[in-house]
Amino acid sequence: MEIINHLFDGFLIAFEPLNLILIVVGVTVGLFIGAMPGLGSVNGVAILLPMTFLVPPTSAVIFLGAIYYGAMYGGAISSIMLGIPGASTAVATTFDGRPMARSGQADAALIAAATASFVGGTLSVVLFTMFAPPLAKVALAFGSPEEFALMLLAFATFIGLGGDDIPKTFFSIFIGLVLSAVGLDIVSGEPRLIFFDIPGFFHGVNFLVLAIGIYGIGEILWTLETNKGEVEVSRLDLTFKKFVANMIRLKETIVTMLMGSFLGFFVGILPAAGATPGSLMAYGVAKTMDRNPETFGKGNIKGVAAPESANNAASTGSMLPMLTLGIPGSPTTAILLGGMVIWGLEPGPRLFTDQTEFVWGLIASLYAANLLSLLVNLAFIPAFIWVLRIPFTILAPIIFILCIVGGYAPTQDMHDVWLMLLFGVVGYLMRKLDYPMAPTVLAIVLGPLAETSLRQSLLISHGSAAIFVERPIAAAIMACALILLFLPLLKFFVGKRKK
Amino acid sequence: MTTLKKTVTVTLGAMVLAFLSFTQVQIAAADFEPKKPVDFVIMAGKGGGADKMARLMQTIIEKHELSGKPFVPINKPGGSGAEALIHMNNTSGAAQDHTVMVTLNSFYTTPLRQANLGIDISTFTPVGRMAEDTFLLWVNKDSGITDFDGFVAAAKAAGEDWIMAGTGKAQEDQLITDFLNRTYDLNMTYVPYKGGGRVAKELAGNNAHSTVNNPSEQLGFYEAGNTVPLAAFTQNRLDKFPDAPTMGELGNEFAYYMQRSVVGPPGMSAEAAAYYQALFAKVFETEEWQKYRTDKSLYGDFLTGDALKDYWMTERSIHETMLKEIGEI
Repeated sequence: MEIINHLFDGFLIAFEPLNLILIVVGVTVGLFIGAMPGLGSVNGVAILLPMTFLVPPTSAVIFLGAIYYGAMYGGAISSIMLGIPGASTAVATTFDGRPMARSGQADAALIAAATASFVGGTLSVVLFTMFAPPLAKVALAFGSPEEFALMLLAFATFIGLGGDDIPKTFFSIFIGLVLSAVGLDIVSGEPRLIFFDIPGFFHGVNFLVLAIGIYGIGEILWTLETNKGEVEVSRLDLTFKKFVANMIRLKETIVTMLMGSFLGFFVGILPAAGATPGSLMAYGVAKTMDRNPETFGKGNIKGVAAPESANNAASTGSMLPMLTLGIPGSPTTAILLGGMVIWGLEPGPRLFTDQTEFVWGLIASLYAANLLSLLVNLAFIPAFIWVLRIPFTILAPIIFILCIVGGYAPTQDMHDVWLMLLFGVVGYLMRKLDYPMAPTVLAIVLGPLAETSLRQSLLISHGSAAIFVERPIAAAIMACALILLFLPLLKFFVGKRKK
Repeated sequence: MTTLKKTVTVTLGAMVLAFLSFTQVQIAAADFEPKKPVDFVIMAGKGGGADKMARLMQTIIEKHELSGKPFVPINKPGGSGAEALIHMNNTSGAAQDHTVMVTLNSFYTTPLRQANLGIDISTFTPVGRMAEDTFLLWVNKDSGITDFDGFVAAAKAAGEDWIMAGTGKAQEDQLITDFLNRTYDLNMTYVPYKGGGRVAKELAGNNAHSTVNNPSEQLGFYEAGNTVPLAAFTQNRLDKFPDAPTMGELGNEFAYYMQRSVVGPPGMSAEAAAYYQALFAKVFETEEWQKYRTDKSLYGDFLTGDALKDYWMTERSIHETMLKEIGEI
């Protein structure tokens, strides 16, 4: 009951005219920032942070929260329309969103992305509202062994990710793991895998550089080859009737969205994970659960719904450790945390009791931001569809420039632009030889997290792997991981015997 | 179609303009002003003491409009700060005048431990020492330990199963841990994490038995009553934690502080150095910074120029001795 009262007070704050305007402006700005490759919610929030000194702290955080949400919705747009991930959180959306757009279902993909984002965002805010303090305890209990078990679970879903050719999937994973080890050793600080002594490798291989190269540049090369530059311009008019038909079609994705929301939210509340691993894991689980996993990667609408519901849910989830523990769960929340310090708020276990107006105003505004993001996004879909009418000869250079900007932005190092182009060529070759690319992307995201947590766990246990089965949470997750790992292997071998 | 063409033309036009203005200001470099956003490198992970402080400085700069261009924080926590140091050492061209770094004591220890990195900190440009951070010994309230003697007894009984969580390898936290291990004949296992925020969480979640966090990192949990400070590694008791005795009172004089300084890369122009020195002197004087110093129990006055460099050299030789004692070098 107390929660309902707090929430009601929160809504009164969120619906003050100033705050409502800030939400509308925030989600619209966020949508476009998210849609620009290389500009994610991190950049949006960082650029606009100084503006927030003009308004009270509660309004400021509401504004930044709205940008954060809008960007999560927007990231899907360039993933689907151009094949370039708009933000790291939207990489998984490219896997199926792009094939859908190529086969003339761009409208369905965009609507699915927006709706899934709304479901993920709203469900996670509900979970946040009801269970924030107990969930903070869960996040606290999650140590290195649990984190490693979770990473292993994610890797297990990879095996289901790569199609039917398991050896090729393993190969792709190992390529990603090797790339993720480039740079400085996490524990000892020694440089390793610094190819040709090029200093650019010291900061490791940024995962967006790989993703934009493989998907953006690879896409251009692939289109050039398959269509010899003559891309058929599919006329796509979005009528209200089609819109309704597309909405009805989403029925089949309800279970996927629910799964994505819960998984995304849970991964989001764990410090160090964040929305990118969350969305990738949701994609893997959706594929493994599906009756026709082979249709994933070729334009399955569930492949859009899963990561989009998960990344929005995770973005809410990662606010939880920020507010309750003072630890950011994602890069964007790290900047929000910086803002809170200057607004004079001390994030930590006492924030919920000491600053009820701030906390509940923020929570209530997240509900409003979700609804408005959905409406703004749906309203702009006809405009995004326009991209399909641009001839390839004009679109290709635009995609190329966007890829270069996207490769440069995260580290601001030309080295990464060259690397991105190289990955583009490699990605194209992998595609020709029918190697799955998604597992490589997943491995480079999760590799460093898995390595750190494994080494910390083994330090704690003095080298004994028993630590992963002695701790109940870790053991349960480990068991799930092993089951997931062996199921596809079993299918693979049984299938072979039948042949 | 037309709207799109327009957008493209406008974007391209803007890019050309940006490029032109960039090359133009390159020529006129007399009285220094940043010409592009300043990279604000943080030598530690997100959510730790250095990170929070850097973001506070960034927001103070924005709020008081101390700089014409924004400061963009970039975390480079890899390899106990090695990643950040290499990044600073390798800056060239315009970046030399548009990069500053928030640093801590790994500024001394990492180059000492890894001579192969080729980092000589005496070549770095001193900008300003903003504070000296303090250290306390923390345990979880659930442990039932209420004083330092209780800690020593419990840690001794647990042997190598006692987990001390800290930030980085052979850095501040491990140096203090080694001091405790040696002085009190303990065998605690030190586990490094990325960032003090994460370390504080490990203690609050009972995944570690103790930490030597800075006050700013533990404050949230301390105020909520989750964690208890048992001792302070300072000369005098801290006002915020009057019940935590100093190591001196406990019979073993040991004070250890961590610098919170801003440095420029080697090869920063004298004009740019003067600009950043003046800028951070202003940041130091702001009400927000002074309040932060009081709230988080920070020590130390503002140091800059040669005074700061001398301070680095003294601290470097102290750390060299400490690292030799524990056999790290």
